Amino acid sequence: MSVAEVRETPATASASAPGAGRAPVVNDFSISVATKNGSGSQTANTTLLRALFKTGIPVSGKNVFPSNIQGMPTWYTIRLSKDNFTARRPVAEIVVAMNPVTALEDHQTTPPGGVFMVADDIKIPLNRTDISYYLIPARKLSSENETDPKLRSYVANMVYVGALAQILGISLDDIEAALMYHFRGRRKPVDSNMNVVRLAAEWAKAHLPKTDPYTVSPMHKTDGMIMVDGNTAAALGAIYGGVQFAAWYPITPATSVADGLNEYLPRLRIDPETKKPTYAIIQAEDELAALGMVIGAGWAGARAMTSTSGPGISLMAEFTGFGYFGDIPAVIWDVQRMGPSTGMPTKVSQGDVIKAHYLGHGDSKHPCLLPGSVYECFEFGWRAFDLAERLQTPLFVLSDLDLGMNQWMTRPFDYPEEPVDRGKVLSAEDLNKLGFGGFKRYKDVDGDGIAWRTLPGTEHPLAAYFTRGTGHNDDARLSERPEDWENNIARLMRKQETARKIMPQPVVDQVEGAEIGIIGYGSTDTAIAEARAMLETQDVKTSYMRVRALPLSAAVKDFVAAHRRTYVVELNSDAQMCQLVRLEVLDRAADVKPCNHNDGRPLTANWISTAILEKEANNA
Amino acid sequence: MTTAPVVKPVAAAEPATRANTAAKRVNIIGLERADYKGADSTLCAGCGHDSIASQIITACYEMGVPPERLIKLSGIGCSSKSPAYFMSRSFGINTLHGRMAPVATGALTANHTLYGIGVSGDGDTGSIGLGNFKHMLRRNVRMVYIIENNGVYGLTKGQFSATADVGQELKHAGRNELPPIDLCMEAIAAECGFVARGFAGDPRQVVMLLKAALAHGGTAVLDIISPCVTFNNRDDSTKSYSWGKANDERINDFTFVPPQEEIRMEFEPGEEKEVELHDGSRIVLKNLDKSHDPTDRNAAMSLLQNAREKQLFITGLIYIDTKRANLAQHENLGDVPLVRTPNEKLRPSRESLLKITAAMS
Repeated sequence: MSVAEVRETPATASASAPGAGRAPVVNDFSISVATKNGSGSQTANTTLLRALFKTGIPVSGKNVFPSNIQGMPTWYTIRLSKDNFTARRPVAEIVVAMNPVTALEDHQTTPPGGVFMVADDIKIPLNRTDISYYLIPARKLSSENETDPKLRSYVANMVYVGALAQILGISLDDIEAALMYHFRGRRKPVDSNMNVVRLAAEWAKAHLPKTDPYTVSPMHKTDGMIMVDGNTAAALGAIYGGVQFAAWYPITPATSVADGLNEYLPRLRIDPETKKPTYAIIQAEDELAALGMVIGAGWAGARAMTSTSGPGISLMAEFTGFGYFGDIPAVIWDVQRMGPSTGMPTKVSQGDVIKAHYLGHGDSKHPCLLPGSVYECFEFGWRAFDLAERLQTPLFVLSDLDLGMNQWMTRPFDYPEEPVDRGKVLSAEDLNKLGFGGFKRYKDVDGDGIAWRTLPGTEHPLAAYFTRGTGHNDDARLSERPEDWENNIARLMRKQETARKIMPQPVVDQVEGAEIGIIGYGSTDTAIAEARAMLETQDVKTSYMRVRALPLSAAVKDFVAAHRRTYVVELNSDAQMCQLVRLEVLDRAADVKPCNHNDGRPLTANWISTAILEKEANNA
Repeated sequence: MTTAPVVKPVAAAEPATRANTAAKRVNIIGLERADYKGADSTLCAGCGHDSIASQIITACYEMGVPPERLIKLSGIGCSSKSPAYFMSRSFGINTLHGRMAPVATGALTANHTLYGIGVSGDGDTGSIGLGNFKHMLRRNVRMVYIIENNGVYGLTKGQFSATADVGQELKHAGRNELPPIDLCMEAIAAECGFVARGFAGDPRQVVMLLKAALAHGGTAVLDIISPCVTFNNRDDSTKSYSWGKANDERINDFTFVPPQEEIRMEFEPGEEKEVELHDGSRIVLKNLDKSHDPTDRNAAMSLLQNAREKQLFITGLIYIDTKRANLAQHENLGDVPLVRTPNEKLRPSRESLLKITAAMS
């Protein structure tokens, strides 16, 4: 990409020296906290985030963390946006430096007019005149308060929470409520953390006169909303979708999907009569086995899922093809991370789109759901089972690290109103009605490419059939006859067309007079929304289609046709969705342009709007 | 689907339901032997695998296993074709090369009330699928896992498998110099609770082993030497019919006693050992010339190690442990299989979701 990440200067703050006379900047800035990973800073950061959320201000939190257990640099960025824009911003006005290793860099990258809060035992020259400095005695305050030396470094992080609360004006009650959430109401850890927060806030009040313009003021913009990560939402969605079997193998950033299942299933899915679980979870020996188990369970008639990321998807290729060719339902969550190869395991990407859609050798295509919010992680969590069983095929849900592991605001999840759809299953009674010769496992009775199936254990002499990855005829018998092969493949292709119709349709905002169309999907939604607002201020009107599934809806064709140029915004290097869109609109393929970027970080609105303007200038 | 009753194990199977059972021989559930038949085999004439398929039919017919209550699984290879050649009224799944184990694990967890018979080969289990095989044993999925072991890759026309003995010679592949993987030792090392070796040329023993394996409460591994008449049946091959017939040393003989029958002792007192199986049936073991105690794990390993060193072909029940919990027990599954859970029990209440989301505000 020719478009570099443009450093945005704080729009609302003057770039001159700090001090009095500057207009206050209320609820519209970012905070970046630099720590070492494994130091317990996650508790402090998510507490800060949730406290701001409870203050009623639209917020987002992005964790930029290393693939490491302890000691490597981590940055956590919180964005406050009174205007409800929650995408990542390239700059943070307030920098909290708790990691001596990165302090110099953090100091340097603090924007003019910004704030540099630093632990007072980090010795670097604080020689800038264009920023505000706040030195906090983190170690001293925490060791005075926390008697357990093991906990001291953890609690030290609460010092910056208290200091920030004082300087920015965050209510301590909201911080306490956030801690109560974090520690699930356990009073002891809440009190020990809260003591440090109060101590730090009092110390800051006495020793740190405010020299910056940034303040927090309560709003009501998060009323009725919740804050949660996409992987927890996915697990809950699966549970309300009736997951019966889950097999998984640990991998960042998907592990917390299984964690969510393990956390909520025992609470929600014990049969009240028998006191037995209505589910089973198995930690497999590898991802290949995980999908093998899911395929086995799906074949036997259970709602079965696995969750993984790119390397796991690679291992699942052969079983995905088997499920496709044997017409076996399975739900595969791919929480995408940066590849190829091991890549950057803790960094986001949308790089598995083409691979997941076409996974396996030979001709095969798999339906994919593309959640664009944590709300949709929940919704697609349950919907995925209905669709996989209806379509009798492996179905992917392509989430990503940003959506899956970061905390997002959302409206509360809606209870699924549609009844559970188990798809086309014949019972022993149905077989009696059909009579001899009436049931053929792969016969396309309804013309939608989906044949009726029986489940192993169905007690009828005509129920059984033989599932195989080898060539087969309507009757599930081994066949290498050319007409049987073509007949079966034609049926599977009809099934693709059925999928195209029944998968969730795109969300479209078609703007009157807009010549530019934007197609996006997944976690980039917030950045695209903000980019469109930025473009609007420059009199560039855009329409927006957020696609939610593969195969792509027929509506994509109409959308491309309605615009002079369509930009496909995505987080990968090969412009994967752009390629798929072009295949749908061959006559207009040249007018479908890639707008992709892939450096491991979530897209920013600034990058998207700049890129589109630049491309438009080049096209003009 | 959800209202169908759960069928109890064989021991308590329904009595004969067919009206006209007088003319033909039927088993305890009123089925004829023909009801256990499969499609015609396409394996080479004389293949050991066909003999084993025939013994599976005999064992299931004689035990009165309802065909619809049994699933057949396999990987890829000559052996893995054979589930099509027995019990057409049973559901079957011919999976991927080496990957029968995870599919079986999923299927038999989704419905743990079904019988499972898996047929694999030495390439399937001993090479590509060795890891998955051992992990299934570690989980102790209740099923019969048969390895039709011929020391050679047949479908790809005659390469050595990992169970080929040192010094074994093949027409194209030459001489094998690498030590064999002993799948019975691997199984015992992975805590498998039922490990036996058989010989396709000794159908009576194979049937006995199969019956006991079907009644076992966890994974039962049957490593059956099953000669490949096309690629590995030279007299000097340790996986040939003639070598097997000449060298088969049974370590024990046993009688399988279904739960509803009295034990009738056939052996001299002091020689036999009785083991009760998962479904209440028993096996009465008689040691032959070797004094092997199959409930002793160390003894089982020693026996195999000794046989390996001296290249002895020992057959029989090598190790049995009926105490280990199986996977369904580990998962705390109830009597009703997961797949029979009614839809209304799959979706938690509206109130429960409100409570969860309220806590996230």
